[in-house]
Amino acid sequence: MEVMLLQLFNGISVSSILLLIALGLAVTFGLMNVINMAHGEMIMIGAYAAFVTQNIFRAALPGEMFDWYFALAVPVSFLVCFLFGLLLESSLIRFLYGRPLDSLLATWGVGLALQQAARSIFGAPNVAVTSPGWLNGGWTVMEGVVLPYKRLFIIALVAVVLLLMYVYIYRTAEGRRMRAVMQNRDMAACLGISTRRVDALTFAVGSGIAGIAGCALTLIGPIGPSIGTYYIVDAFMVVVLGGVGKLIGTVLGALGIGMANTLFEFWTTASLGKVLVFLAVVLFLQWKPRGIIAVRTRSLDS
Amino acid sequence: MRNRRKKWLSAMMLVLAFALVLAGCGGGGGNAGSGGSPASGSGGGSSNESAGGAETSGDSGDAGEGEIKVGILHSLSGTMAISEVSVKDAELLAIEEINAQGGVLGKKIVPIIEDGASDWPTFAEKARKLISEDKVATVFGGWTSASRKAMLPVFEELNGLLWYPVQYEGLEASPNIFYTGATTNQQIVPSVTWLLKNRGKKFFLLGSDYVFPRTANKIIKAQLQAEGGEVVGEEYTPLGHTDYSTIISKIKQANPDVVYNTLNGDSNVAFFKQLKDAGITAQDLTTLSVSIAEEEIRGIGADVLEGHLAAWNYYQTTDTPENKAFVEAYKAKYGEDRVTADPIEAGYIAVYLWAAAVEKAGTTDVDAVREAAKGIEWNAPEGKVTVDGDNQHIYKTVRIGEVQADGMFKELWATDGPVKPDPYLAGYEWAAGLAEE
Repeated sequence: MEVMLLQLFNGISVSSILLLIALGLAVTFGLMNVINMAHGEMIMIGAYAAFVTQNIFRAALPGEMFDWYFALAVPVSFLVCFLFGLLLESSLIRFLYGRPLDSLLATWGVGLALQQAARSIFGAPNVAVTSPGWLNGGWTVMEGVVLPYKRLFIIALVAVVLLLMYVYIYRTAEGRRMRAVMQNRDMAACLGISTRRVDALTFAVGSGIAGIAGCALTLIGPIGPSIGTYYIVDAFMVVVLGGVGKLIGTVLGALGIGMANTLFEFWTTASLGKVLVFLAVVLFLQWKPRGIIAVRTRSLDS
Repeated sequence: MRNRRKKWLSAMMLVLAFALVLAGCGGGGGNAGSGGSPASGSGGGSSNESAGGAETSGDSGDAGEGEIKVGILHSLSGTMAISEVSVKDAELLAIEEINAQGGVLGKKIVPIIEDGASDWPTFAEKARKLISEDKVATVFGGWTSASRKAMLPVFEELNGLLWYPVQYEGLEASPNIFYTGATTNQQIVPSVTWLLKNRGKKFFLLGSDYVFPRTANKIIKAQLQAEGGEVVGEEYTPLGHTDYSTIISKIKQANPDVVYNTLNGDSNVAFFKQLKDAGITAQDLTTLSVSIAEEEIRGIGADVLEGHLAAWNYYQTTDTPENKAFVEAYKAKYGEDRVTADPIEAGYIAVYLWAAAVEKAGTTDVDAVREAAKGIEWNAPEGKVTVDGDNQHIYKTVRIGEVQADGMFKELWATDGPVKPDPYLAGYEWAAGLAEE
């Protein structure tokens, strides 16, 4: 009984982590159709931004303030990756719209360059981020069922990010322009929307969200130059399964993969579980090539 | 419409496939005795069946006047750079020290550094280049078992000499390789015996899914059966696996006394962080790891690992006068914040043992050096080491250490003296049959 409860929670937790790493990609890949292989490296940059914030707090501020560095690290990671995304878009991505294969190769190259840059700046070994004291420990629901605060925090963080994204995309003028450009670029341009500006902003927002993911992942995973490669496969799988172009699809995709992964892993082994999940996703895409939620737009058809 | 759908689908498949390849490239990150990908093994060595010739051995290395060239072949880029760069640093330190004392045979040692780039065929190619073109006297290098297995045919074909500095899964003894890291009976086997005696009978085996952990666990299972232990669980996770919540549930359910951890690289970080979050501390559950040394602790965080155990032959805190000097010299050269660790020390030993063998032989000729190396003794930072003449491994002291709050190990137990290397576990009855497979 306890184990089933715990596994249910683990499933939700894994789903939330998957959703967090996939949300940024849902924007850059899902909305903009840029096959962004450097997404994992954006996560890495976010993680290192958290690491640097921690070090600044440790060096410059009194000890009792240290626990609050993480509250600042989240926006800092977002901002750093946002600016990085802006730079990447204006210097490279904008020349590659509508050329998926080229953008795939180019962003992969960017990813490799970023990995090596991180290696040169921070050194090849992993770095340690000390998690703040208030996130240590867990909530004991009953004997044998402990829900770690860090995982609860990540679930909450995902909910907040999702809400903000929803408001941004569906309730603001900026978001309306973004959707307009995505659905029909030419028409949007005719109506006086600066598609260049919208593209740049959208890509930067997607990158920024990847930064938040990187920051959150420092709580539970390794922080090193190659962490992006561990998450990129899952991120793409979630977006592709969920269906390109709709946030709710990404949410469902993450839940489906997260739950299936936890269950399969529990019933079989970690390696076989992963294989089964992949198989299930491939079969599902045979049946519904556009994923769980299919959007029909002209930009996707062309 | 159908056509479009197909195009869309194939584009998606392409993305997935590409991402998979990428994950494969990135996943190898890590550590000790790593087998790496199965495809990399022996195929790499033969890819480059050019001239080269076996006659290079003769006066190899004596190229310049008053100089002896040696090769240093580690991954300086790619995922394995994490671990191998420090070993390279230790080898350069040893060379520098020997040169400062007048070199070997009155000649200066000149290192030629090549990058194996975390890619096993590259290791084979660069090894061939070092022996055939640079005519080096010997090569210090390798980390993963896959890189060693890729280089092995090259060294045997050209009659070169390789010094391999990392603990590994045993079951090998090439006449062209000297192994200065531990084999299984100098790390895993004694640690299992110690755990059975001190921590309990119920073992949970957790490892990354590739050669080294699977071989190691096969040995452990045979040993547990013979010595009265019990395996209550055995799990392997893919390289680069980052979510251990389910595994931790399984561990809770199995309720073992000991988790024997052969996870590799980054997975260790995720596992220990999440173990701590689940409310399981070193007081509740003993874990013993074979690929977490001082360097890895820095990347995981000492607060996460405090109290957990590891088995090695050397710790930075090992109390010998030689080690004091070694740690001081290493920090002086590379910075106060650097730490030494078992494989780093093994690389350092390798250079000194080779130099001693060359002095004894009076030449750098491979066959003469191999003959002379037999039985050579040296007071290494870890204590006295002796080259075993039969299998070219070295006698090493086995130590079990506990991680302290400062990221260093406290030695809990050590063997009385150096243990004779036994790569095929010939001296253990229960191991009969393991070597044949």
